[in-house]
Amino acid sequence: MDPTSTWEGGAGEPQAPGDLPSATLTLHINGTEHTLTLDHRTTLLDALRHHLDLTGAKKGCDHGQCGACTVLVDGRRANSCLLLAVSQEGSRITTVEGLADGDRLHPLQEAFLERDAFQCGYCTPGQLCSAAGVLAEADYGHPSHVTPHDAPVGVPARLGPEEIRERMSGNLCRCGAYPRIVEAVEDVAS
Amino acid sequence: MKPFAYLRAETVADAVRACAAHPGAKFLGGGTNLVDLMKLGVEAPGLLVDVSRLPLDQVTDTAEGGLRVGATVRNSDLAAHPAVRTRYSALSQALLAGASGQLRNIATTGGNLLQRTRCPYFQDTSKPCNKREPGTGCPAREGAHRDLAVIGYSEDCVATHPSDMAVALAALDADVVLHGPEGERTVPVTGFHRLPGDNPDADTVVRPGELVTEVLLPPLPDGTVCLYRKARDRASYAFALASVAAVLRVRDGRIEHAALAFGGLAHRPWRARAAEEILLGAPATEATFLRAADAELAAARPLRDNAFKVRLARHLAVDALAELTART
Repeated sequence: MDPTSTWEGGAGEPQAPGDLPSATLTLHINGTEHTLTLDHRTTLLDALRHHLDLTGAKKGCDHGQCGACTVLVDGRRANSCLLLAVSQEGSRITTVEGLADGDRLHPLQEAFLERDAFQCGYCTPGQLCSAAGVLAEADYGHPSHVTPHDAPVGVPARLGPEEIRERMSGNLCRCGAYPRIVEAVEDVAS
Repeated sequence: MKPFAYLRAETVADAVRACAAHPGAKFLGGGTNLVDLMKLGVEAPGLLVDVSRLPLDQVTDTAEGGLRVGATVRNSDLAAHPAVRTRYSALSQALLAGASGQLRNIATTGGNLLQRTRCPYFQDTSKPCNKREPGTGCPAREGAHRDLAVIGYSEDCVATHPSDMAVALAALDADVVLHGPEGERTVPVTGFHRLPGDNPDADTVVRPGELVTEVLLPPLPDGTVCLYRKARDRASYAFALASVAAVLRVRDGRIEHAALAFGGLAHRPWRARAAEEILLGAPATEATFLRAADAELAAARPLRDNAFKVRLARHLAVDALAELTART
C-alpha cells in the first residue's frame, strides 16, 4: 500500500473541497528526482507540463490516440496522457528534454534535422521518443504486425520503411511529414 | 475526472481485500482504457487499487506443456515472448494487430481482457446507453452502428468487444484464473465474456472484487498451426471491423483439428463451433472452408449499415484456413 497517500479514501468521497485525494511522490525524470504533491487525477503528462515545466511532451488528443505525449518509461515508450503520475513512483522517465547528451543531440534529433522530418513540430517530441523506443524494441528483437510469421526469433529486428511505418503508427503528424520521419528513423536504424 | 483514492497493492490478497472493502473500487492495470474512460466520465471509481506492479509479470511453462501468463505481463512483452511467437503465433499476431507500440507497452494481459467496448454511444455520457446506464436505451440500433455487432446482440445492446488478444485466446482454448473474496476459480476464455441479453452492463462473468491473475494456454495438439487475421479501416492502429483466429491440423488432405474464432462481430469473441463441426474430418478445400464459414455466419443478423462485416468475416476465415492448409 502507498504510505504517502494523504487521503486513503475509506469513505469513498473526499470530505470537503480542498481535501482532494492527493499523494506526495518522487518522480525520476531525465536523471533528476522531483518530489511533488499531486492530486491523484494528475496524469504524468500534466505533471511534466504543469508542475515541472517540462513542456516538450505535448498534449494532442489526451486520449492515447495521437502519440504527441510519448515519453520513455524505464526505457519503453508510453503515452504519458494515460499514465497517472501517482502510479509512476519508482519509474525512470525520459522526456524529449532528456534525449540529448548535454549539447550533443541524440542521433534521432540529428537525423530529424538532416531530413527536415517535421513542419510545425508539434508532434516531433513524441515522434522522437517513440522512435527511440522503436530502436530499442528492434534491438531486443521485438516483432511487429508486419514482421513475417517465420522471421527468426531472438535476434534484432531489421527496420526497413515498412517496419518503421507500422511501428510508428501510434504517432500522428497532421502536417504529413511521414515520408521524412520514416527516412530519419531509417538513417539511425541502419 | 472525479476525485479518487489510490492504493498500490503489494500482493494479490491485499488487492482483493482492498477492492472488496470499498464499493466502487476498481483495479488499475495499465490504465490505457480505464484512465481514458475516467476522463470521459464513463467510469468514476472512488478508489483505484493499482495492481500493475503485482508480481504477476512472468510467462512460464506449465507441467502440461502449455504456458502460464501473468495478468500484468504487458501486451508487447507477451507478443514478443519466444514461446508465444513460436508455439502460439496467433496470439502474438493478435496482440501486434492491436493498438500502438506505446499502448502495448502499457496495456496488461488482464486489462486487455477487461477493456470496454468502443461503441461511440457508450463512450459519450451525453447519450443514452444501456451498457453504461441500464434502461436508458440503445441509440446505436438506429444510429451509428457500422462498426458494431452482427451476431449474438440483443434489443438492448449491439456493442462489440474490441480485443484482438481475446479472439486468439478463444481459439487457443485458454483459461482465465480469477482471485476473489471467495477464493480462486478458473473460467474458459470462451465463457469469460457474455452476450448482452437484457443486462449489457455486465461485459464478463467476473464477480465483484475478483481480480484476473493469470491466463493459461493449454498445449496445442501436435502438428497444428495457427494464425490471426484482421480487417480494419486503416493499415495499422485501428480496431477490427472483423477478425479471425484459426488453429488447424491437416493430414493427407483431411482436417484433423480445427478451432476458429471471430472478432469484431459480437459482444464477445465468437467461437465458431458450427464451422468447426463442418471442418472436422472434411477435406481441406476452399469449398469446405466456405461451407464452414457460411454455417457459422448463417446466424448473423446484420444491422442497416454493417452487412459488409459478415462478408469480411467469411473471406477472412476462408483465407486464414487456406493459408494454414498451405503451411501444414
